[in-house]
Amino acid sequence: MSIDSNFSDPRFAVDREALIARLRKVLPVQALLIEDEELRPYECDGLTAFREMPLLVALPENEAQAQALVKVCYELKVPIVPRGAATGLSGGAMPHRDGVVVSLAKLKKIIKLDPVARTAVVQPGVRNLSVSEAAAPFNLYYAPDPSSQIACTIGGNVAENSGGVHCLKYGLTVHNVLRVRGITADGEIAEFGNAALDAAGYDLLALMNGSEGLLALITEVTVKLTPKPELAQVVLASFDNVTKAGDAVASIIAAGIIPAGLEMMDKKATHAVEPYVKAGYDMNAEAILLCESDGTPEEVAEEIGRMKAVLEKSGASEIRVSQNEAERLKFWAGRKAAFPAVGRVTPDYLCMDGTIPRKRLAEMLIAIADLSQKYGLRCANVFHAGDGNLHPLIMYDANQPGEVERAADFGADILELSVAFGGTVTGEHGVGVEKINVMAVQFSLSEISAFHRLKAAFDERGLLNPGKGIPTLARCREYTQTRAGAALSAPRF
Amino acid sequence: MQTNLADFIKDTPEGREADAILRTCVHCGFCTATCPTYQLLGNELDGPRGRIYLIKQVLEGQPVTQKTQMHLDRCLSCRSCETTCPSGVKYHRLLDIGRAVVEQRVGRSVLEKATRFLLCEALPRPWVFKPAVKIGHLMRPLLPSILADKVPMPSENAPKPWPQPRTHKRRMIALPGCVQPTLTPNTNAATARVLDKLGIELFEPAGTGCCGALRYHLNAHDQALEDMRRVIDAWWPHIENGSVEAIVMTASGCGAHVKEYGDMFKHDPAYARKALRISELTRDASEIIAAEQSRLVELLRAASAGVGQRVAFHSPCTLQHGQKIRGVVESLLAAAGYELSPVADPHLCCGSAGTYSITQPTLSKQLRDNKLAALGAGSPAVFVTANIGCQTHLQSGSATPVRHWIELIDERLAH
Repeated sequence: MSIDSNFSDPRFAVDREALIARLRKVLPVQALLIEDEELRPYECDGLTAFREMPLLVALPENEAQAQALVKVCYELKVPIVPRGAATGLSGGAMPHRDGVVVSLAKLKKIIKLDPVARTAVVQPGVRNLSVSEAAAPFNLYYAPDPSSQIACTIGGNVAENSGGVHCLKYGLTVHNVLRVRGITADGEIAEFGNAALDAAGYDLLALMNGSEGLLALITEVTVKLTPKPELAQVVLASFDNVTKAGDAVASIIAAGIIPAGLEMMDKKATHAVEPYVKAGYDMNAEAILLCESDGTPEEVAEEIGRMKAVLEKSGASEIRVSQNEAERLKFWAGRKAAFPAVGRVTPDYLCMDGTIPRKRLAEMLIAIADLSQKYGLRCANVFHAGDGNLHPLIMYDANQPGEVERAADFGADILELSVAFGGTVTGEHGVGVEKINVMAVQFSLSEISAFHRLKAAFDERGLLNPGKGIPTLARCREYTQTRAGAALSAPRF
Repeated sequence: MQTNLADFIKDTPEGREADAILRTCVHCGFCTATCPTYQLLGNELDGPRGRIYLIKQVLEGQPVTQKTQMHLDRCLSCRSCETTCPSGVKYHRLLDIGRAVVEQRVGRSVLEKATRFLLCEALPRPWVFKPAVKIGHLMRPLLPSILADKVPMPSENAPKPWPQPRTHKRRMIALPGCVQPTLTPNTNAATARVLDKLGIELFEPAGTGCCGALRYHLNAHDQALEDMRRVIDAWWPHIENGSVEAIVMTASGCGAHVKEYGDMFKHDPAYARKALRISELTRDASEIIAAEQSRLVELLRAASAGVGQRVAFHSPCTLQHGQKIRGVVESLLAAAGYELSPVADPHLCCGSAGTYSITQPTLSKQLRDNKLAALGAGSPAVFVTANIGCQTHLQSGSATPVRHWIELIDERLAH
């Protein structure tokens, strides 16, 4: 799919050869990629529908090199697109045609792990899962666990304010980060937050979480570590229709239970994942719920009992409780691998990320089924149900003319409907390029203007990740006009 | 993933296979997490997802240079990415197809050509390799260290003999392989002794030579197919008359390759059926012994060998990723009374990877040293593995003995 407007910005008239000559002086030779052949594999992240060839790719090996390159880019007015593991699903790391992609993958040291303070200081290229692995000998772990946690890195987690199946109880990235160090657009080192609670002034640390590379290039993060619960068990419940499953989610929360994770998968999702993971999911169920309890053995036993009672009352056709850690991990393994496993049944997919009030889950599932009919595209549903965070996976074949556009329209309908239901366009994947248009549905022009003023306070020249996250006002007007009438009503939140 | 293969390849069997593989990849990037070279280098182009993209652009007709070739050469073919991939991408097949096209397009320098020629011609031929190693031993003090490291030391323990020929009803074929008879002749002998005690006769039909993996992974596909046909021809009479129940592989590298004969000859009318049958009969030694585990346990009990040493097991990539055999050798060693020392990052390659240690010495050495550190963390007395390449490669950097696991089982039974 092509990206318009923001990407042919006349502000960025870059002399490529002069830029290369300057960057060669501050980077080792292997840290700068300049040939098309080497650049093309960087043209997209986990969202392959949106691609753009970068002007250059830089792979700094330390903060000093990163800072030097940002200073060169600032001076020459060259855009910068930060990139972590590029597992993102909103195109946040999609290159800019006049800009340098700055990969932080080589900054992958765990600088310090303090089991007493329960913190770890890590570089941005450290993988999410490897923080937990390093903390495991101290019976600690890093709580946010996006499905891509095996590969995604902490810098990207902060940039996208990533969630995961356990964020219902333990919070998103923003709730698990104490300090962020980064390089601002003009090449200065800035620190946000502190090793201790830091309440003075505006909460700029929170602002950094989910800033999608628009405010600073992250070079170091201090994360909180959480003690591992003594015990965790998960209930696997089957339902013979999706409405019952959706209502069961609302009932669990209404009963005052806060599960450690509460996830839902529909039949298309379980059927895609089961052949690979062999998690033991009920293949006859129209939907399954995974509902986790953690704590002391007594707390878990009591909570699992309450969960089972609510699930039974909600009409679950089968209920199984994991009997050991291996089985618990197996039940979760299917959920964690669900997105890419859908690659077994379709060449391409778009993963949506709207969030709605939990009590409207069932209604949304029915609406999605109708839209699936309307657009003639299959859709598998994998939800962080406890948060009301939807991940419909719209399946399409990019080799068939027109399918990707149809998939995008289908996705836009789901997001607009999410806003209409009183929700938002993104729960945890970020806006990136993918949801930039629908931002106009959720926010008014004056709110968007406020976002631009905030951005300008950090990055007056607009060099950090331009074209992502916040739409231009012109784009907002254009989008609301073209979708008006045809689209669903989009009330204010 | 969207594909648009160029005319030169799109309607060939390779083109169709590559297109199907590319379309299963959804570009999620999970594979980068377990790729040994991405972990070392941190460049998208040195991980599976980036290499898939590099191959895709070659097959789509984009210009290609030595840069692409370098990144494809750096791949170990360890297939760790395939274990991780939730979408089921057959990466190694795509890599073989991509590498062959790049080889044609880009070519090689004179030095690279000479190295690859020597590897292709010397290693698969025991009658060339054996005297070469002997000369190497004599010359070792005079060689520069980078070469001296590559000359394996003669085994300190002289190989024990094969069992006296006995007629068992159950018979299985073993492959001597190319370098194994010279470097570790005790491996097949130990396998024969263990199987003999389990009531199985092992024998090596003459005239096999290399299984073909070595030249195949140097992109010499035609020569490799010759090697494979020679192996098939040597084995076929024994298979056709129904006298053998399995083909036992004591080197997991060969095992992974022979298990794919069926796939590789599926378009060859003269060999398709034979190759498929051979792949179906091929088992790693651990699969054979595990199937006899109850009998083995009885024998071990009778041998009353007491408590074994503390050992660290390195599972070769061709065993755990290529053949997807995990935990089997470990449980056999435990059954034989050995204490298994924990090993961090067990999914990572040791850097041997066929001829990789010669073609990519820097990366190979880094991976070897990382692996040796992981293996040594629990202070085991012995490192054990299941493939000749890993065994000699690890030994080249360590004073701790590195052995084939079957030798340890054999020794327990000999008590």
